[in-house]
Amino acid sequence: MATYIQIGSTVTVGAGGAANIEFTSIPSTYTDLVVKLSARNSSTDGAVKISFNGNSSTGTYRFLQGSGAAASSSNGSAFGYVGNETMSTDTASTFSSFEIYIPNAFGTTQKSISTDNVTENNGTTAYATMLATLVNLTSAITSLKLEPSANLFAQYTTASLYGILKS
Amino acid sequence: MADTKIIVNCETGEVSEVELTAEEIKQREADAIAYAKAKADEEQAAAEKAEAKAAIADRLGLTADELALLLG
Repeated sequence: MATYIQIGSTVTVGAGGAANIEFTSIPSTYTDLVVKLSARNSSTDGAVKISFNGNSSTGTYRFLQGSGAAASSSNGSAFGYVGNETMSTDTASTFSSFEIYIPNAFGTTQKSISTDNVTENNGTTAYATMLATLVNLTSAITSLKLEPSANLFAQYTTASLYGILKS
Repeated sequence: MADTKIIVNCETGEVSEVELTAEEIKQREADAIAYAKAKADEEQAAAEKAEAKAAIADRLGLTADELALLLG
């Protein structure tokens, strides 16, 4: 049975917002990594990116999405996209949720990431997204950065990192 | 006050909030522009594909639902 162990501390963004959240010196004693992110953008940009080891990620993604009005699917290659965050135009004090699963995080193959993501809004549009991202990184992950594609993570955004031990 | 980033050192457990350097700010701005352009290009390509699909359906005298049924 797999065991989840929290690595580092849960981070909560302060009043000034944060440009990014980075977990560094990640120990390679695990097989997989999981990031739990509760995020809101300080303005109206709705995308979150992930990158590793201090590099801008290159890779591709494919997603299935429901907006409350329509279902869609698409694919692309824009910089480690892992989903949508609640924006300042959405209902106040609501946050989007992400579970980002990174299997074989310390192997030498490209990193295949799956993300389960929902935004929150008391309105006609809020997104539920299942997303697969392939990141062109063939070395062990030592650091991991989460960032909005523009603006800042708003106050009370939180992020936690877990290591998975398989036994 | 300059924008900050939060760093969690997983070895020591230390959490620090540090201001972005001028270079990081510049890189962030460039990344945001590049990301917006890439997303816009992808959205435009998807819209063009949908338009082309609709045009073919129109030529065949099919509704979008009928075409979806045919392709499904």
